[in-house]
Amino acid sequence: MIVAKLIDTTLCIGCKACEVACQEWNDQEYTLGTFGGTYQTMPDLEHNFWNLIKFNEMERDGGTSWLMSKYQCMHCADAGCLAACPAPGAIVARANGTIDFVHENCIGCGYCITGCPFDVPRLSPASKKVYKCSLCSDRTAVGLEPACIKTCPTNCLTFGARDELVRIAEARSEELKADGFADAGVYNPQGVGGTNVLYVLKHASEPEAYGLPKDPQIPWTVSLWKGPMKWLGTLAFWGTILGAFFHFVIYGPQDPAKHGHPEKEDAPSDPS
Amino acid sequence: MPKDSSRREFIKRSTKGAAVGGAVAATAPVAAAEGSPKLLKTAHTNQSTSICPYCAVGCSVVVHTLGDKSRNVKPAIVHIEGDPESPINRGTLCPKGASLEEFVQSDRRLTTVQYRAPGSRTWTRISWAEAVTKMARRIKDARDHGFETTDAQGRTVNRLDNIAMIGGCTDTNEINYLLSKFRFGLGLLSYENQSRL
Amino acid sequence: MTNGWTDVSNADVVLVMGGNPAENHPVGFRFVMEAKRLRKAKIVCVDPRFTRTAAVSDLYVPIRSGTDIAFLGGLIHYALSENKYQRKYVEQHTNASFLIAEGFDFSEGHFSGWKDGKYDKSTWQYELDAQGYAKVDPALEHPRCVFQLMKKHYSRYTPDVVANICGCTAEEFLKAAAMITIAAAEDKSGTVLYALGWTHHSFAVQLIHAAAMVQLLMGNIGMPGGGVNAQRGHANIQGSTDMGAWNMLPGYLKIPRANQTSLGEYLKANTPKPLRPNSLNYWGNTPKFMTSLLKAYYGPKATAANGYGYDWLPKVAEGADHSWGTFFDEMNAGKMEGLISFGMNPVANGPNTPKMIRALSKLKWLIVAENFETETAAFWRAQELAGKEYPQSVKAEEIATEVFLLPAACFAEKDGAFVNSSRWLQWKEAAVDPPGEARRDQEIIADLFLAVRALYEKEGGKAPEPVLNMQWNYAKPHAPTLREVAREVNGVDLETGKQLNGFGELKDDGSTSCGNWIYSGSWPEAGNQMARRGQVDPTGLGLYPEWAWSWPANRRILYNRASTDDQGKPWDQTRAPLRWNGKRWSGDTPDYKADASPESMASFIMLPEGVARLFAPDLVEGPFPEHYEPAESPVDNALHPNANANPMLKTYKSDMDAFGTAKDFPFVAITYRLTEHFHYWTKHTSSSSELQSNFFVEVPEELATEKGIVSGTKVRVSSARGDLEGPALVTKRLRTLKVSGRKVYQIGLPIHWGFVGKVHGPLINKLTPSAYDPNCGTPEYKGFLVNLEKLG
Repeated sequence: MIVAKLIDTTLCIGCKACEVACQEWNDQEYTLGTFGGTYQTMPDLEHNFWNLIKFNEMERDGGTSWLMSKYQCMHCADAGCLAACPAPGAIVARANGTIDFVHENCIGCGYCITGCPFDVPRLSPASKKVYKCSLCSDRTAVGLEPACIKTCPTNCLTFGARDELVRIAEARSEELKADGFADAGVYNPQGVGGTNVLYVLKHASEPEAYGLPKDPQIPWTVSLWKGPMKWLGTLAFWGTILGAFFHFVIYGPQDPAKHGHPEKEDAPSDPS
Repeated sequence: MPKDSSRREFIKRSTKGAAVGGAVAATAPVAAAEGSPKLLKTAHTNQSTSICPYCAVGCSVVVHTLGDKSRNVKPAIVHIEGDPESPINRGTLCPKGASLEEFVQSDRRLTTVQYRAPGSRTWTRISWAEAVTKMARRIKDARDHGFETTDAQGRTVNRLDNIAMIGGCTDTNEINYLLSKFRFGLGLLSYENQSRL
Repeated sequence: MTNGWTDVSNADVVLVMGGNPAENHPVGFRFVMEAKRLRKAKIVCVDPRFTRTAAVSDLYVPIRSGTDIAFLGGLIHYALSENKYQRKYVEQHTNASFLIAEGFDFSEGHFSGWKDGKYDKSTWQYELDAQGYAKVDPALEHPRCVFQLMKKHYSRYTPDVVANICGCTAEEFLKAAAMITIAAAEDKSGTVLYALGWTHHSFAVQLIHAAAMVQLLMGNIGMPGGGVNAQRGHANIQGSTDMGAWNMLPGYLKIPRANQTSLGEYLKANTPKPLRPNSLNYWGNTPKFMTSLLKAYYGPKATAANGYGYDWLPKVAEGADHSWGTFFDEMNAGKMEGLISFGMNPVANGPNTPKMIRALSKLKWLIVAENFETETAAFWRAQELAGKEYPQSVKAEEIATEVFLLPAACFAEKDGAFVNSSRWLQWKEAAVDPPGEARRDQEIIADLFLAVRALYEKEGGKAPEPVLNMQWNYAKPHAPTLREVAREVNGVDLETGKQLNGFGELKDDGSTSCGNWIYSGSWPEAGNQMARRGQVDPTGLGLYPEWAWSWPANRRILYNRASTDDQGKPWDQTRAPLRWNGKRWSGDTPDYKADASPESMASFIMLPEGVARLFAPDLVEGPFPEHYEPAESPVDNALHPNANANPMLKTYKSDMDAFGTAKDFPFVAITYRLTEHFHYWTKHTSSSSELQSNFFVEVPEELATEKGIVSGTKVRVSSARGDLEGPALVTKRLRTLKVSGRKVYQIGLPIHWGFVGKVHGPLINKLTPSAYDPNCGTPEYKGFLVNLEKLG
């Protein structure tokens, strides 16, 4: 059975309980947040911070709007990180659809970072390994929901069989349409074969407003790498011959929009 | 009343899953297959139920401790999570509640009695016995000094107004009741439990 | 809460005002979201700030901090003038029909009887007949009946007047009014969720009275999905209040006054008489509650001959006040010798921090029992730790206060019961032992009390009887178990030695003891009801009668008798907490005699009127709520400029109690909590410090543009009490308001930092005034004046 996580953004109150539950369950070290002119004090995901609520403050429909949405590994059906990974057994697609990193096999090459169209995996400078949300594979293995879902107070997060959640998400978006939100819909991007993290959005035609890419694709460089040029990649992995060329394969291309601060219109100075 | 039964059912199943999962994990071979998910950290814990000490929603929590009731073992808290049986929180918690384990085991917790002498720039560690002797003396002296048995009109008033007592809203009913006995035993009038602050 | 958290999901409309549950009670907010999702309930959020609650509401209306009574008064006017109130409910279940004495009036901002800065309340009373019962006009037409007086009083609160005072538009107000009054239909309910946004004002009690009036007009009191619901900010603030206040004994029994020189006189003064022939007047049982409390306190020493030890209780001088503001003022004046604090941090949470610090430095000694070193325990280090921020503080060498800092157990290290906002007493278990030498509070209290008692036994001293006679008969006197204490609180039949089943069994002849009558039934012979974990929900309303135990009598919805009409027919058959079968009431524990027919008595059994009070003669500044400006306000009172602030406002006159005006301090400041922190505790934990490490000042976009401020710019916020600095957070969420024809800006100040902890920042209460509500002594932490300057 493929499992999934459903995020109904219309019920998110930005309380960050999922952020804390993720860190507590996974024994992540806490770091001091920064001040960036927003309630979002962690600017982005980190190797030890796998679940982020993005806050987007804007004027729309003649009033103030404050959209909050959860950002973490999407557990893609067609996972770019897995496609890009050269280390045997380092990235595993489990039978339930979870994309899990097995750290004893990770060589820290960072190819998965390039391969991810959602900009999720992060390299730890200390361990030189790459980390991201595992969908709490230790919990799901024994029939428990992931920690973020367990803690979510408003039923914004649901865990269960993917097929059922897709049905629930579609029914919810129909309900929202009936309530007058004509643009409501489900985010389940097909460019990566669909994701095991599904979103219900009030403004489904503009996922960017929630910090989600409109039409994510596995980068062409990775498709190339795992396709006709796989032999070349293997060579590059062991050797240094084409290092300069593969620097681009590994680290680029960069999408500046993905790295900016969500409420960056007034770039703040350091408050301290 | 319509409720979110699907979620509740799921949580129920999850709780059962935890028990079953725990048993499976406990009997699984030590060397799990390479690449298997890690062992559940609550697989071998004792569980106590409690209530979150922060706001007054009254979320039930389950405190998981390792180190059972054996002698010479100091239990440690490995995890605090929402109690799925509570009709209030149904297993969920807010960001403060979700990190209660860190609150209980904070490295800033006080573990010794500290004393600051008049004019001193520092804390000094003293024993409980010394502290209790000194505090009781201060309270008695102040009470003897400030107690009013009758007022100007000769009416019995048995009151004390040179000692104030505050607190209570962070502690249980029973502690508050004991504080009331302490307070009225002394005859103390100035009292605030933070219900107004 | 009259109702409870789980009941909120029964609402058709949720008015969130004076609270921000999505941020401060996120788990309680799940029931709001459930109502929205499953019942299609409308959420109306009225708040000075666009909060995380506003973000998921159907309608957000901004208002100026401290103008809530104007808004609610507007709702009352709207409901009455648009005929959007539940007429039958108002007729049957409120004092709308009661006649008020001749001479009652309101003009120029004052009710009748205002003279020399005081009220003579003789005209605020009901007109009584020869038997002492209030006269009524069931048709609600008599010009002196409460209904007509109320209509007249609120006729001034038109949508334009509301908009002009609150700073929203009349259209926004009308949209909100239309949505909120959906609940006027007999088969619709609306709930009101509030918190410190209402209580932190110098007219807090009247504000909640106004909300109760709105809810009575809508027929929402006693209804599932209805009620007036205080969300409460600390785990056991409800329970500690149930156990007394400076002017209360446990169970809301009034503290004796000096003129009540015997138990008989006390009971005479404090036992109400019924005001209508059909009023049950449950407080008529006061002699049973009080005698049983005295038996719990003084045990065998309490006898009929000595008035059950009544003499040993302290008696407060008539008219005297020993609330927070008063005793800290006395402390600041050097009149207090000692302070004992169990888990409270006045340097952080009292208004006017510099005054708090100076007051503590005048003490001879201070005892603090805590989990962490707090600003209060460390007040003498203010100069060393944050001298720049507290320039008035003096060097430690010059502070003569002796300080004892006692390491206390935290929640997980003790058992006992917390009472949540729903009035549910929930028992917790001890999971681990306290760390190091930390001790459980019951042991600390017992040790201290017994050591003082031993000194009196040994040395004698002033009035030893109250100390010696207080019963302390626990199996291990130095370490009482909370189970023993809970059983004592529940009450015992002293003849059989058996636990009481409830307060119905209490006697006034000394044969029962009970530490708190409203908790009687929590630990009967059948055992600890507070630890129950039953999941059943027979009414289907989410009342969960077998989960924990709710005071009083395990009743989950207070005033539930009003959920039916005078014939016992539920207003809404689909949401009936009570049903009458001709012989008994079933469902929730009835707030009524269980076998009394619907016609036999009036519905509000706790009140001498037998019905709910729209007109409340016992409050100090008037029987109807009236809009007064906060103690510091940017504008004159638009309704009556000569009665600007609350006429009965409580302030103090020390050299540290300055007030400012709009000339120097043009902006309105509001203080509040953030989701990520809990009060002043979580600055000791890393997770909350990660989620909100830094203090910041929220600044409206338009003001920021005027002053050249961007997010991150260092700003100084100052009031007449002091100033502080921090980075600005420029936001659209604080809208510019138009009040009395001029622009008003509001500045947002989150509260969670201080000078000890993992993260540091200014204490917001440096800025707040010593202005207090005259009914209950709550400080005005919200809606005071500040200035804002750009620094960096």
